[in-house]
Amino acid sequence: MEVKEITCIVCPLGCRIKVEMEGGEIKSIKGYSCPKGLEYAKNEVTMPKRMVTTSVRAKGGHLPLLSVRTKEPVPKEKIHEIMLELAKIEVKAPVKIGDVIVKNILGTGVDVITTRNLYKKEVS
Amino acid sequence: MLNYDIVIIGGGPAGLGAAVEAYEKGVKNIVIIERDKYLGGILEQCIHNGFGLQEFKEELTGPEYAQRFIDKVEEYDINVMLETMVLEITPDRIVKAVNSKEGVFTIKAGAIILAMGCRERPRGAIMIPGTRPAGILTAGTAQRYVNMEGYLPGKEIVILGSGDVGLIMARRLTLEGAKVKAVVEIMPYSSGLTRNIVQCLEDFDIPLLLSHTVVEIHGKDRVEGVTIAKVDENREPIMETAQYISCDTLILSVGLIPENELSKQAGIELDPVTGGPVVNEMLETSVPGIFACGNVLQVHDLVDNVTAEARMAANSAIRFIREGGFKKSNISVKAGKGIRYVVPQRINVDNIDKRIKFRMRPTDVYNNAILAVKSGDRYLLRQKRIRLTPGEMIDVNLSKEILKNADEKEGIVFLVEEG
Repeated sequence: MEVKEITCIVCPLGCRIKVEMEGGEIKSIKGYSCPKGLEYAKNEVTMPKRMVTTSVRAKGGHLPLLSVRTKEPVPKEKIHEIMLELAKIEVKAPVKIGDVIVKNILGTGVDVITTRNLYKKEVS
Repeated sequence: MLNYDIVIIGGGPAGLGAAVEAYEKGVKNIVIIERDKYLGGILEQCIHNGFGLQEFKEELTGPEYAQRFIDKVEEYDINVMLETMVLEITPDRIVKAVNSKEGVFTIKAGAIILAMGCRERPRGAIMIPGTRPAGILTAGTAQRYVNMEGYLPGKEIVILGSGDVGLIMARRLTLEGAKVKAVVEIMPYSSGLTRNIVQCLEDFDIPLLLSHTVVEIHGKDRVEGVTIAKVDENREPIMETAQYISCDTLILSVGLIPENELSKQAGIELDPVTGGPVVNEMLETSVPGIFACGNVLQVHDLVDNVTAEARMAANSAIRFIREGGFKKSNISVKAGKGIRYVVPQRINVDNIDKRIKFRMRPTDVYNNAILAVKSGDRYLLRQKRIRLTPGEMIDVNLSKEILKNADEKEGIVFLVEEG
């Protein structure tokens, strides 16, 4: 039997969770303190996922960048590819918070949404 | 002279939380004074996730968290003065401010809520020897460049200090294509949250060098490298362990200092350990009618806690306006062995209905320890804690019943007893 020790990152408590594995199957999970932690532990030993938060270039807005995130966590190994994909994007102001800027990024089934309002730059 | 029931200084999470709470409790003649062009404060540049799990039961980024409050401020049509700098506050609650439209003007406030936040410790505060080249910046400045202005401050980076902003920037710079060569921490533990060590360093194989520090910065016009060394138990560098790391940028994440210039001017008593005002259980400073919340009071780990504290300050300010003041503190609150500080620093249980929340940080990492509260020789509380670490703030709620056992002469002391 193999024991994987992981630190939960769902919230700042940082619970230390022990997962017992046998032949790729989860035998037991101990040390979590909420349902989200249990879910995280299951994913972490099978397919680790992370939310990607970054920014894309913006034109004509009050800021030169627009902050964005994946709506849900995506497989960890896709993070780099997603960053490269988002580097190609440029949005035009105005944009509203929560707008989808890329649907189903790289076939992950997860949309990329904006995390702030971007106002049109005032011409003074 | 303008007149407001409550003047809130600072439009970050603390100021926003206080304003929304005051309005919802029926005090509408209020104003937020903010020196920046926008509301939201530091949350605007914290584009990473992890905010709002307690407050909204979902995981948000900084700008999203701020927007929830900004939307309410707009919906309620709360007065906001942007690009306005407060120059002075007085003990009789006159606020002097300036902006480019009105010039210098004064406001008479029923109550004042201090919500100015904190700033970063700069290089000067930690005295690293060496030259003064370009390429040395604080983590928050780097964060602003990368997330708001669109500049990458360097390509090969060493980060000194493992506070949360430093850890977040290690990941952020890596994602943007820079190489973070190491995070160097003088203490034997990180002062950041465990989750940030996992998802910001371990995920990207960035080494965390504990009990190490930067002993020299190299380069004339631009940083060319740093010399790092191990430190002994007195945090003195062991020069035999010195090694050179080439890099073009050194980022400092070496602590935050509450921004209390205005408070000092007003004669408000400050706590030398927290750097914030000394407050009572109402979050009232030593000057009646002036309250403090958020990072100007004590540096928090979680914005959710800042919001909770801001609500409390707003409710206290409302009571002050309506009742004219509170009973004088009669019990002192002290940090004992193993505890660095406790907020509030003094209390009077007659001012409260049910309980008082105390927030504190330990001096060290403790496993399976007892967190105790004593008044003289008498225990008021003993609580088992699996893990205490300086990077994570401790909350202790004490009921009025328990606090009634406290002796006025002895005060109460929080301490850690090793198990």
